[in-house]
Amino acid sequence: MSQPQEFEKVLSGSASSVAHFEEGRSPLQRLQHFLHSNPAMVPLIVLVVLVVFFGIAKGEKFFSAYTLTLIMQQVAVVGILAAAQTLVVLTAGIDLAIGVIMVFAFVIMGNAVLHYGMPAPIAIVMGFAMAGFWGWVNGFLVSKLKLPPFIVTLGTWNVVMAICLIYSANETLREADLTAITGWLHFYGLNFKVGKAVVTLGVVAMILLYVALWYMLNNTAFGRHIYAVGDDMDAAELSGIRTSRVLIGTYALAGLIAGLAAWVSIGRNGSISPSTVVTDYNLQAITATVIGGISLFGGRGSILGVLFGTLIVGVMSMGLNMMNADPQWKVLLTGVLIIGAVAVDQWIRKVSG
Amino acid sequence: MAEPILTARGLTKRYGRVTALDNCDFDLYPGEILAVIGDNGAGKSTLIKALCGAVTPDEGEITLEGKTVNFANPMQARDAGIETVYQNLALSPALSIADNMFMGREIRKPGIMGSVFRMLDRAAMEKVARDKLTELGLMTIQNIGQAVETLSGGQRQGVAVARAAAFGSKVVIMDEPTAALGVKESRRVLELILDVKKRGLPIILISHNMPHVFEVADRVHIHRLGKRLCVIDPKKHTMSDAVAYMTGAKVPEEVMA
Ligand SMILES: Nc1ncnc2c1ncn2[C@@H]1O[C@H](COP(=O)(O)OP(=O)(O)OP(=O)(O)O)[C@@H](O)[C@H]1O
Ligand SMILES: [Mg+2]
Repeated sequence: MSQPQEFEKVLSGSASSVAHFEEGRSPLQRLQHFLHSNPAMVPLIVLVVLVVFFGIAKGEKFFSAYTLTLIMQQVAVVGILAAAQTLVVLTAGIDLAIGVIMVFAFVIMGNAVLHYGMPAPIAIVMGFAMAGFWGWVNGFLVSKLKLPPFIVTLGTWNVVMAICLIYSANETLREADLTAITGWLHFYGLNFKVGKAVVTLGVVAMILLYVALWYMLNNTAFGRHIYAVGDDMDAAELSGIRTSRVLIGTYALAGLIAGLAAWVSIGRNGSISPSTVVTDYNLQAITATVIGGISLFGGRGSILGVLFGTLIVGVMSMGLNMMNADPQWKVLLTGVLIIGAVAVDQWIRKVSG
Repeated sequence: MAEPILTARGLTKRYGRVTALDNCDFDLYPGEILAVIGDNGAGKSTLIKALCGAVTPDEGEITLEGKTVNFANPMQARDAGIETVYQNLALSPALSIADNMFMGREIRKPGIMGSVFRMLDRAAMEKVARDKLTELGLMTIQNIGQAVETLSGGQRQGVAVARAAAFGSKVVIMDEPTAALGVKESRRVLELILDVKKRGLPIILISHNMPHVFEVADRVHIHRLGKRLCVIDPKKHTMSDAVAYMTGAKVPEEVMA
């Protein structure tokens, strides 16, 4: 056994019970610690406050099952994209291409059915494959060539947008023409009623996706590795994680989820219009992610928070709309929420001891 | 003497104009504690990073149990049984203690939940993590689900040391494992190093703490200017000899194998 040095001999008499401390923290510090371990709480609180506010202001009209489920229908597509964005942001990345990948995917699905005469399931698989492929390209460039995600996806955003417009000749595919061939493309537009609530399959898909991703992020090794890579890439590499595999997997999975968003989007919009490629879906997804409490520095946040973040934006639109407010109020409040969310994130990150 | 378990011959690693390793040799024998000492910037960390796959040397050969190995990443070295405590600890600050200890080698639930749904066995991992930390005497850690960033510097070091000691099967490497530790915790780590040795595992210990080195080491590898200057027997040399050699104040006459 090692021979303790003279001054260490007294160690044999040292205390050996588990340390106990008086709770010496101020309520504010306790809140900081609480939020540190429960990152989805901030967006949940904001969501509840908004619902209560509009509920009081508009009463029954806002607080009805019909209105609340309508909000869900309106946010389903952006909600699914925000889930994809969340995975990428957790790795300390960003995906500016996620929106155009979705549009390109539904354009392919529609063209495959209408112009190539393919069976719908194959057309849908083709759309998913294209979306997954572009996600993979992003992941490859970020992990293997070590290019910054912002630059990579800024590039693929433009590339995919241009390819989509050239390929489609900007031709809109009408709903009636599509449904005359198959009902599959509009599958996620189907709905069922529970009382006055109208639930589309697209909303169901969004909720199931969030549950599945929540499970993956918290209860599987791949999920923990996504957090570890975003938290400290070098430490993750030294702990034996193959970080480039995790990155490629994450971006490719985000692409596939954009494929799902494409399918849901066809159900919601009916027709397929390549010109929507200029819509800022990518920024809407980033907005929901940030308001949902995911740290842009990576490695922190809960995907359930992003579901709340998505709903916050939806509730605000609907509520302000019902109050006949100028739509710019929604834009303004969204901006305030984004800055507020990032400020809260910075504060939570300072937690220590 | 028996065959060395881990050897390196002619390792060279350059970072631009800086030569961190200059045709460096290295030998570790079964069951021994080999201390590596040297000035700041001598290349000790680079040497052990080359041995454990974190750095790919420009030239040179490494053998483990007589077979040439080329670790492309730390995972391969870990799979081969080499476990390392890095100088900067390599922990993920936002993740919990248990997450960190099992990073990259998570335990899955038995049965269908594990094989099909890939569900992690949180309870099992937390139990092992708690046991290992208690072994190390890190009882001041109150909550195993606590994020590593909320621990003190010494507690973090304890987590990294516990992780390496728990999983090493052939070689355990520790780069300054006691640098941030208090008197009591340092003593625990030294005892742990001797425990690991008792299990028959050889240990490479990098340290600037001469009393610790001379207390536990069987041999002392003195590193100077990117290479092995000499290896001395701590029972035949004094601490001031070692310091004189590693700083270049004295040139060693006799050199041990
Ligand atoms: N990633 C790197 N890029 C450039 N130079 C590096 C890098 N890593 C190490 N070096 C250089 O290599 C030399 C050896 O560094 P190393 O970290 O191995 O020293 P060390 O002996 O571990 O020192 P210390 O006792 O301070 O830990 C130093 O001059 C250092 O500047
Ligand atoms: Mg070092």
